[in-house]
Amino acid sequence: MRRVYPNKDFCIGCHICELACLTAHSESKDLIIAVREEQASGLRPCKAVYEKGPVCVSLSCRHCENPSCVTACISGALYKDEESGKTKYDESQCVGCWSCLMACPFGAIRRNPSKGKIIKCDLCEGRDKPACVEACPNAALSYEDR
Amino acid sequence: MTYVIVGNGVASVGAIEGIRKLDKEGNIVVVSEENTPTYGRPLISYFLAGKIGLDRMSLRPDGYYEKNNVELKLGSRVVGLDTGSKTLALSNGESVSYDKLLLATGGVPFMPPIKGLEGPGIYNFTTLAHAEILLDIAQNIRNVVVIGGGLIGLKAAEGLFDNGLKVTIVELGPRVLSAAFDDVAGKMVSRRLETEGLGIRCGSTVEEVLRGPSGGINGVRLASGEIIACEAVVVAIGVVPSLTPAKEAGLNIRRGIKVDEFLHTSAEDVYAAGDVAEAYDMITDDVRVTPIWPNAYSQGYYAGMNMTGKKHEKHPGGLAMNAISFYGLPTASLGMVNPAPEEDCEICTYADEEKQTYRKLVFRNDRLVGYVLVGDIDFAGLYTGFVRFQLPLSDEIKQELKDGRPSALLWPEHDFETRWTPDHE
Repeated sequence: MRRVYPNKDFCIGCHICELACLTAHSESKDLIIAVREEQASGLRPCKAVYEKGPVCVSLSCRHCENPSCVTACISGALYKDEESGKTKYDESQCVGCWSCLMACPFGAIRRNPSKGKIIKCDLCEGRDKPACVEACPNAALSYEDR
Repeated sequence: MTYVIVGNGVASVGAIEGIRKLDKEGNIVVVSEENTPTYGRPLISYFLAGKIGLDRMSLRPDGYYEKNNVELKLGSRVVGLDTGSKTLALSNGESVSYDKLLLATGGVPFMPPIKGLEGPGIYNFTTLAHAEILLDIAQNIRNVVVIGGGLIGLKAAEGLFDNGLKVTIVELGPRVLSAAFDDVAGKMVSRRLETEGLGIRCGSTVEEVLRGPSGGINGVRLASGEIIACEAVVVAIGVVPSLTPAKEAGLNIRRGIKVDEFLHTSAEDVYAAGDVAEAYDMITDDVRVTPIWPNAYSQGYYAGMNMTGKKHEKHPGGLAMNAISFYGLPTASLGMVNPAPEEDCEICTYADEEKQTYRKLVFRNDRLVGYVLVGDIDFAGLYTGFVRFQLPLSDEIKQELKDGRPSALLWPEHDFETRWTPDHE
């Protein structure tokens, strides 16, 4: 399956991927409204940019083969989709117990504090290419089958 | 090939998925005492508190058993196991043969010897049926005492309190959550519960359950002499492995059913997983019963794969972890939390009482081996990575962790390349 792979050598730490992710997962699909209004009501990007000195990298859910988050999920909200290979998330089932957030050794799961539910990369369901990959100005994110 | 799984908790689900990953054809039979298909057992506290309904209890979608071609024998108790003829005897007289057997019978509530404990008005809180009973009695009583201040006890207490009951928790230890937490974190949770209006008595025991002439409960008498009025008592001291039918069948047992790294028991073609199994733990480097949810699934999954004979894979070992919230105060604890002095661990803590934030990191030999987080748990997973993969820590990296700044860029280059961005998944 295709996954998003980060490349530290190319990442310039601009956070544009986070903004693209935020917009793609917003109600309004509008950058300004997403950042100004929807973020205030709990919307968060599924991606996080990490920096250490001059090195930076943008990370999100890896869609692991045997995901720890699915193992830890008590409500059946997280599951592995056999056909696509994606680690999927059904928000209506989530009870906000944060077990997955603790179990994921990649730290790729975040909280939506207003909803009391998790936020996790869905590889931009319905899009050809995830928004973060499309938006990256320096090809530091690739969407490929390795 | 016929696989028989005793139990329908999460270890059982893990086993079904482990088997079906490698064997789409073999027969799978699940035998369970419970009358419901698998459900998210920890969800019973959400159900009792009225946060979710029965419709959201199931752990897998409708049609899960049909889709995986699993035959369910619900409401069936196993009364005998003959590992020679490879058959199970069920309570209804039926006999079931297996080629490979998984015992995923879980745990049963431990009932301490307390005067007056036998009789009506005594409840537990480990199954959906228990939760339904508690929800029912909550409509007719006003006061309840919960014996045990562990995770199950606190969650039962919270759920009953949310139903309008006056609740008092009685805990033998000096603090609540003694196993998963330390003093500071335990006290933060206590305070949060007390602020909401729950009563907590630590360092105390129930000496007697007081009953009226007709046998109904009037209250409990503590060791201190204090009498707490109540009409019902919930016993939540802990669970012990459910060893029927393993014991009678002569399996090697210490606290739980002993298994090797492949989850195989001492009897041929018999495996065990979940709260009933005594298995290797990756942090304590010994064998123990680790009765937690993700562990049960993962043991079940590995047992399932190994049962097919198409794989012979070692389970990576258990890792204790608990994430739980109390009235909006989230907590997470993982690995070694209260190390014994001989473990020679370095402990680093940070607390901000006002913000209700606490962080405790436990280091051993320049590795992170455990943590407790209260309040601010957003970085829990990043800390977990350092424990799970036992990543080496330089002084500089250690300081970053201590300062609450864990990051994937602190991973050794090789680990980052092979785990985050592998060439092949």
